[in-house]
Amino acid sequence: MKLSPDEVRYVAELARMSLTSEEVERFARGLSSILDSFDMLTEVNTDGVPPTTHPLSLQNIFREDIREPSLTLTDVVANAPQKEGGFFKVKPVL
Amino acid sequence: MKFETVIGLEVHAQLSTRSKMFCGCSTDYANSPPNTHVCPVCLGMPGVLPKANHKAIEYTIMTALALNCRIPDRTKFDRKNYSYPDLMKGYQISQYDAPIGVGGWMDVEGKRIGIERVHLEEDVAKLIHKGSCTLVDVNRSGIPLMEVVTRPDISTPEEAREFVGRLRIILQYLGVASGNMEEGSLRCDANISIRANGQGFPKVEVKNMNSLSGIYRALEYEERRQREAVEKGEKLVQETRGFSEEGVTFSQRSKEYASDYRYFPEPDIPPLALDRKWVEELRSCLPELPDSKKERLVKEVGLSPYQADLISSQKPLCDYFEICLTENKVKPGEVANWLLGEFSHQINQAGTDPKDCQVRPHMLCELIDLVASGKISGTSGQKVLGEMFQSGRGAEEIVQERGVYQITDEECVRAVACEVISQNQKAVQDFRKGKTQVLTFLVGQVMKKTQGRANPGLTANTLTELLK
Repeated sequence: MKLSPDEVRYVAELARMSLTSEEVERFARGLSSILDSFDMLTEVNTDGVPPTTHPLSLQNIFREDIREPSLTLTDVVANAPQKEGGFFKVKPVL
Repeated sequence: MKFETVIGLEVHAQLSTRSKMFCGCSTDYANSPPNTHVCPVCLGMPGVLPKANHKAIEYTIMTALALNCRIPDRTKFDRKNYSYPDLMKGYQISQYDAPIGVGGWMDVEGKRIGIERVHLEEDVAKLIHKGSCTLVDVNRSGIPLMEVVTRPDISTPEEAREFVGRLRIILQYLGVASGNMEEGSLRCDANISIRANGQGFPKVEVKNMNSLSGIYRALEYEERRQREAVEKGEKLVQETRGFSEEGVTFSQRSKEYASDYRYFPEPDIPPLALDRKWVEELRSCLPELPDSKKERLVKEVGLSPYQADLISSQKPLCDYFEICLTENKVKPGEVANWLLGEFSHQINQAGTDPKDCQVRPHMLCELIDLVASGKISGTSGQKVLGEMFQSGRGAEEIVQERGVYQITDEECVRAVACEVISQNQKAVQDFRKGKTQVLTFLVGQVMKKTQGRANPGLTANTLTELLK
C-alpha cells in the first residue's frame, strides 16, 4: 500500500510534528513498506475466525477502589525539562 | 421562516470513587497543590500497567440502568489518540464502539429524550494558560469520567437545562457522582443546529457551559445566532464554540473529526464480560429514583405534587425529610413546609448541607410540634429556628428562655383585647359602620401588645365577639 506525501503530512500534523520535504519523502517510503508488510496479513484466510481485540485470553482484570500512596512532588517533576511552582511547564498552547 | 432547533448533549460526570480510574491515586484533589495526587500510571510513564477500577465500572452500569439502557454482554476500552498537553500518554483511555450502556431514555417534563450511550473514560490534566507558557497539573488526570450522550431529541434550551438538571439529580440519588457543576465535576457540551423550513444546517458544538443557567443562556444565544445568520443569508459552518461569562458564544479551533482520533482497542486492558448475574444484582440494588420517589411522596406520604417535586429534587433535603418522618411526631406536610421554607432559607444562608447542620431532624420535629400544638406562633417558630441554627440548642429550651409561648388563655387575650378596644374608639366605630377590614388592624394591635404571642385565631374571635 502506497502512502502519499500528503497523507504523511496529515499524520504528522495530527502528531504535531513538522517535517522537512526530505523527511516527508523518506517517511512516505518507509511507512509504505511497513504497510506492505501488514498487507501480508490479508493473504491469510480468516473465514470462521472470530474477531479479537486482545491477544491474551484474559478478561475482567480489575482493581478494587482502594487508595494507594502517590509519588512525592520532587519525584514527579524530577525529569521535567521545565517546571514552575509544582506545575509542569510547556510551550503555550492557547 | 419556520425554524426548529435540534440539540444533543454530552454530559461528563466525574465518578465519586475513592481512587482514580486506572491507578490507586486519591481522587480527593480539589484543594491540593498541583501534581500531588499522581503516580507513574497517571503520569503516563512508559511500561506501566493501568488496571480498571471495579467500582467505577459498577457506577457506570448503575447509571446506564437508571437511564433505561441496555447493557451489552461485552465491552472494552479503546485509545483515543490526540496530541495536547492535557494528555500525558498522547492518548486518552476511553470507549469507542462498545460502550457500557446503549439505547436508553429519560423522561423530561413528559417528553422522552433518547440516550445514545453511557461510557467510561479517564479525565485529563488541568491546563493553566499563561501568556508565555502553559502550566500542567496532573491531579485530575485519570479521575473516572462517565459520559452520557443523548440522541438529538432536545428541541429547546429549556429542555436541555431540564435534562441536565434531572440527570444530575439521578446521579446524586445513585450516589455515583456529586454532580457539582461549579467545581467542574459535572460538565456539559452541546451539539446544536437549526432547521429552517425543513432544511438542515451545519451543527455547532458548544463548550464551557459550567452551570445549568449557563447551558440555557449559551444555547439560547446560539439558537438566536444561527437563526439570524440564516435569515440574513449568511453561511453557517460546522465548528466548536466556547461560551463566555458575558453570555455569548465564540468560535474556537476547528474540530478534529472522529476518525482523526485513530481509535483502537486498548492493549493494556483486557476486554470486559458483563456477567448477567452481576448486572441484575446491580439493578436490584438501585435506590428509589427521583420520579418514583416523587410519586410515593404524593400517594403514600400525602404531600402535594408541588411539595413532592421540590423535596424529591433535592437529595440532601429529601434524605433529611425522610428521617423527620421516622420521628412520627408531626404531619409530613408540615415538615415539608418548614423544610422548603425557613429551613432551606437558613441552610442556604449558612451554605451548609442538611446532613451537617446543627439542627437535627428530631430537633426540627420538636419545633414543628410546638407550633402545630399552638404553644408558639408560626412567626415565633421561625425566629426560634434561626436561633437553633446559630446555637445548636433545642427549641423547647429557647422557647422557655425567651418566653415566647403563645398566649392561648382566653382570659388573657380578652383582657388585652378590651384594652385595645378602649384605646382605639375610632377604629371600633368604623368597624360597627361595616368596615370589617379594621379587624385586621385591631388584631395587629393585640399582637403588638403581646410581642406577637397572642394566638391569632383566638384574638380575632375574641375581638369580633367584644365588638358585637
